[in-house]
Amino acid sequence: MANEISIGAAAPGCKKVDPILVADNVMRQFGGLTAVNVEHVEIPRGQITALIGPNGAGKTTFFNLLTGFDKPNTGSWTFEGKNLAGVASYKVARLGMIRTFQLTKALSLLTVLENMRLGAQNQPGENFLRALIRPLWSKHEAAITVKADDLLKRFKLDAKREDYAAGLSGGQRKLLEMARALMSEPKLVMLDEPMAGVNPALTQSLLDHIKDLKKNGTTVLFVEHDMHMVRHISDWVIVMAEGKVVAEGPPAQVMKDPAVIDAYLGAHADTDLGTVAINVPGKAGN
Amino acid sequence: MNHLTLGKKRAFSLWLGALSIVFGMLFSATPSLAASPSPSPSTSTEQLLIKGTIKNEGEPVAGVSVQITGNGVDAKATSGADGKWVLEVATKGVYKVEILLDSLPEGVGLRDPETTVREANLTATNTAAVLFPLGKDLRVVQPIGDQIIVRVFSGLNLGLLLAVAAIGISLIFGTTGLNNFAHGDMLTFGALFTYLFYVVFEWPLLIAATATIALSALFGWSQDAALWRPLRKRRLGLNQMMIVSIGFSIVIRYILLLVFGGETKVISGEFEAVVIGPINTTVNSLGSMGISVITLAAVALFLTRTRIGKATRAVSDNTSLAASTGIDVERIIRIVWVVAGALTGLAGILYGLQFQANWMTGFQILLLLFAAVTLGGLGTALGATVGALIIGMVVEVSSLIIPTDLKYAASLIILILVLLVRPQGVLGKKQRIG
Amino acid sequence: MDWLNIGSLALGELFSPFTATFILCALGLSVHFGYTGLLNFGQAAFAAVGAYGMAISVLTFGLPLGLGVLIGLLASAVFAVILGIPTLRLRADYLAIVTIAASEVFRYFMTTIGFAKVTGGSNGLSQFGEDFWAANPFAEGTYGFGPFMYRADELWIRLVAFSIIALGAVFVWLLMRSPWGRVLKGIREDEDAVRSLGKNVFAYKLQALIIGGALAALGGMVFVVNLSNVQPQSWGTTFTFMIWTVLLLGGAATILGPIVGGMVFFVLLSVTQGIMSGLVEIGALPFLTLPQVGQIRFLLIGLALMLLVIFRPQGIFGNKKELQFNG
Repeated sequence: MANEISIGAAAPGCKKVDPILVADNVMRQFGGLTAVNVEHVEIPRGQITALIGPNGAGKTTFFNLLTGFDKPNTGSWTFEGKNLAGVASYKVARLGMIRTFQLTKALSLLTVLENMRLGAQNQPGENFLRALIRPLWSKHEAAITVKADDLLKRFKLDAKREDYAAGLSGGQRKLLEMARALMSEPKLVMLDEPMAGVNPALTQSLLDHIKDLKKNGTTVLFVEHDMHMVRHISDWVIVMAEGKVVAEGPPAQVMKDPAVIDAYLGAHADTDLGTVAINVPGKAGN
Repeated sequence: MNHLTLGKKRAFSLWLGALSIVFGMLFSATPSLAASPSPSPSTSTEQLLIKGTIKNEGEPVAGVSVQITGNGVDAKATSGADGKWVLEVATKGVYKVEILLDSLPEGVGLRDPETTVREANLTATNTAAVLFPLGKDLRVVQPIGDQIIVRVFSGLNLGLLLAVAAIGISLIFGTTGLNNFAHGDMLTFGALFTYLFYVVFEWPLLIAATATIALSALFGWSQDAALWRPLRKRRLGLNQMMIVSIGFSIVIRYILLLVFGGETKVISGEFEAVVIGPINTTVNSLGSMGISVITLAAVALFLTRTRIGKATRAVSDNTSLAASTGIDVERIIRIVWVVAGALTGLAGILYGLQFQANWMTGFQILLLLFAAVTLGGLGTALGATVGALIIGMVVEVSSLIIPTDLKYAASLIILILVLLVRPQGVLGKKQRIG
Repeated sequence: MDWLNIGSLALGELFSPFTATFILCALGLSVHFGYTGLLNFGQAAFAAVGAYGMAISVLTFGLPLGLGVLIGLLASAVFAVILGIPTLRLRADYLAIVTIAASEVFRYFMTTIGFAKVTGGSNGLSQFGEDFWAANPFAEGTYGFGPFMYRADELWIRLVAFSIIALGAVFVWLLMRSPWGRVLKGIREDEDAVRSLGKNVFAYKLQALIIGGALAALGGMVFVVNLSNVQPQSWGTTFTFMIWTVLLLGGAATILGPIVGGMVFFVLLSVTQGIMSGLVEIGALPFLTLPQVGQIRFLLIGLALMLLVIFRPQGIFGNKKELQFNG
C-alpha cells in the first residue's frame, strides 16, 4: 500500500523518504536470551512514530540501546547521519536525541523549576570553575528560567514552579519529564510509555503536547500500550515481537495486519484492537 | 592471666555479662569482667601496660625479648622465670610488639612463623596482652615448592573459614539487600563466647561449641526481630540500613569490650601437631577445615534440596515475585538471620580455636568477608564460597612475594581490580537494565 | 562533681583543632554524600593522604610547608581519581565497600616496614610543621577569656583552622548554589535522568569526589600539624565513622550542618565523658572503671549513628523534605 512516509510499500525494515534514525543489525542478548534483534529499521523525520508490541518484545531495551543506556552485542545505528554505536548516553542526548523513562525519573528533591533548568544545554555555570563566579552564568540562567517558565505554563505546571518534584502526582511527573526533555530543543524525542499511570484527565493534554511537538518540527518516537493513543496521534507504527520488527506502516493498516494481531494479542485475537489498553506497570523489560 | 582458676562467682558474673548482650539488656546492672580481672593492676591509676606470657608447650620460657615500638616508645622487655614480660608506657595508642627471634631457645620457634610482629592496642583499654604461641622451630629454609604447598594449604584453611562466615553476609544481602557491617562482630561474638564456655567455664569443647552456635543463632534471630525487621517495616532505605549496621557494629564491639575486656584471648589450648609432607599443622586446623567443608556442603544441600532453601533462593532472586507465589518472605528472612547467625558463630569458633581472638577480631576480618562476597558476585551463596577461597588464597600465597604485613592489602587490591574488570563479580550475572 | 570544670572542658572543644579536623572532613563528606549521593566510607584515607602528602614532601623532599600543603591536596586528588575510575560507574554500595577497602589498604601501606624510610612505618612522622609554628604572629602569652584561654600557638592553629573552615564553607556554598551544584543534586536523585539530559555524570561525580577529598585532606593536615606527628593508626575506620556521625548530626546536604554538627558532637562527647567520669569517681557507678568510661564514649557514638539515621536522617539543620537518602 502506498504512503507518503516510506519508499515503496510499508513492510518491516522498509526504507523511508527522510529518515532521522537508521539502525542496522542491533542485537542484544541477556544470558542466552535474545532481547533485541533488529535487522533494519528507519525512523521518519518530523513524524510521530509509535513503537508497539507485547510485553517482553524488547521495546524498552531497544530504547536503551539506541540512547546509549545499554550496549548491544552487535549493531550500528546513525542519527542524522552520525554514527551513534558506542557513544555515551550523555553525548547522545547532546546531539539532540532526548529520551524519557518508563518509570518516571523526576528528580524528587529538586524543585520543579530546578528540574526544568537542569534540562537546558550549554549552561556555562555547569562548568566547575565558572560555577564559582556568578556573573559568568547568571545571564544565561535568566534566559533558561524564562524558557522554563514558558514551558511550565504550556504544560500547566507553572503553579507548581517552586514545589519539590516529589510532591507532584504521577501524571504531573510525566508532564514534567516531558517538559524537561524539551528544554534542550531536541530534534528527536523518545518517550517510553508516556501514558502509563497518567490519569485520564491529563491524557488529552499529553496527546496535545505530543501533537504540538510535531507541529514545531520535532520528531517523536514513543513506546505505548494504549491503542487509542497509537491510533489517534501516530503517523507511523512499528511493531516489535520477540525482539524483532514484525510489521510497520500507517496505523490503520498495521492494526489490520494479521501478523500483528497474532504477535500482539494472542488470547485477545477476537477483540477489537481499538478497545484493548494493556497497561502493565512494573520493571520487567518490555 | 589465667582464667582457668577463676572462681564460681566470677564465672557467674561472666555469664550474666554474656546474657546482657544476648538480650540486649543494659550492661548497667551486670558486673563486668574487665572491671576486675584477677591479677591485673588497679585500673584507676591510669597505668598503661603492655604485657604477655611466653610459653612453649605449656611451660613458661624465660629470657625471650620483645621490642615494643610506637608513639615515641622504643623499648625492650624480656620474659622472667614465669615467662611473663611487661612494659609500662606513657601514652595511649597502638604499639607494635616484635618478638626477637634470636632470643628464643634453640629449636623453639613461633607456632605462626609469619607473625613476628603483633599489635598492642591501648587506645581504649589500659592493658594489652600480646601473645606469641611457641612450638617447634619451623625456621628452616624450605624449598620454594614446599613453601607454595604450605601457603596454599594455609590459604585453603583461611578461605574455608571465611566462606563459612561469608555465606551469612551473602544470604542476608540476597534476601534483604542489606550490606551488614555488623557481621564481623557476630564472628567476634562466636569466638569470645567459645572462650567463655570452653576456657573460663571449662565445658567440654563439643558442648561449648554447641552452646555458642545456639547463642549465635539466637543473636541472629533477636537482631532481626528487634532491629532489622522493624526497620524494614519503616521502609528505611538500604543505604540508611547499611549505616545503621555500622552504628550497630560499633555498639556490639564496645559491649563485647566492656564485658570481655581488651586482652587477646587464647582459646586453642594445646593441640597435637600434625606433619603432612612439608605442612606443619595442628589437629584443630585440620578439624576446622573438615567442619568447614561439611558445613558448606550442608548449606549447599539446604539451598538446593529443601523447600525452605529453594524459597530462600527465590527470595534472593526476586523478592516481590517470590512473595506473589505465596512464599512468606518475612519468615524466610527470619530463617536466614538464624542460619547466618549460627554459621558466623561457627566461623568464630573455628577462628578462635586456630588463632587468637579479641574484641576487634571480627571487624578486622569484615573487609575480607566483603571482598569475598563482592568478588563472588553479591547475593549468591556459591559465589561467596568461591570468593572466600580466592581471598584466602590471595592473603596467604601473596606473602611469598610481598611483605607479610601487606597480605590483607593484597586481597583488598584484588577486590578493587576485579571490580574494575568485572563489576558483577566472578560468578555474578550482569544486571539487565530497563 | 566539678560542673565548672566539665563545662569549661566541653566549651573548650568548640574551637579545638580536633573539632576543626572533623568539621572539614564532614564538609567534604557533605559534598560527596549530601549533595552527590556518593557513599564514601573512606574519608579517613583522604585526610590521611593529605597529611602524609604534606609531611613526606617536607621531610623526604625538603620542601617548604606551603608547597607541602599543595602537594598534599594534589595527592588527595590523585587518590580520588584512582578510587573513582573503577567505582563511580558502579552501584552505590560497591562504592561504599571499595572506599572502605581502599582506605584500609592505604593504612597498611603507611604501616608496612617496607616503606618505613619514607612513611615512618607504625611510628609515623614528626617535625614537619616547624614552618607553621614559626609563622605564628602572636607574641608569647595567653589570650582569650573563660574557657577560651589559649596560649599563642594554640590561638594560632585555631585561627588558621577555623579560617580554612570559613573559606571552605563559602567555597562549598558558592558551588552548591550554582548550576554545577544543581547537576550534583540531580545525580543524587537519579543519575540516569541526569545522563539523559546530556550531562557527563561520571565527570561530575569525579569532580565532587576530588573536591570533598581535598577538604578532608585539609582536615587531615590540621590534625597532624596540631599533634606534630602523623601515624597510620589514626586513620582507621573509626575516624571515618565519626565523620559520618558528625555529618548526620548536623544535616547532610547543608553548609552549616557539618560545622555545627562537629561542635555539638565534641561538646556532647566531652560532657558525657565528664559526667560519667565524675559519677565513677564518687562511686555512683560501681560497675564501671575510668577507662571503661572512655569505651562507653565510642559505644555512644555507635548508638548515636544508629538513632540519627533511623529517627532524624536530616540532622539538626537538614530540611525534613530534603531527606538525603535514596535506595
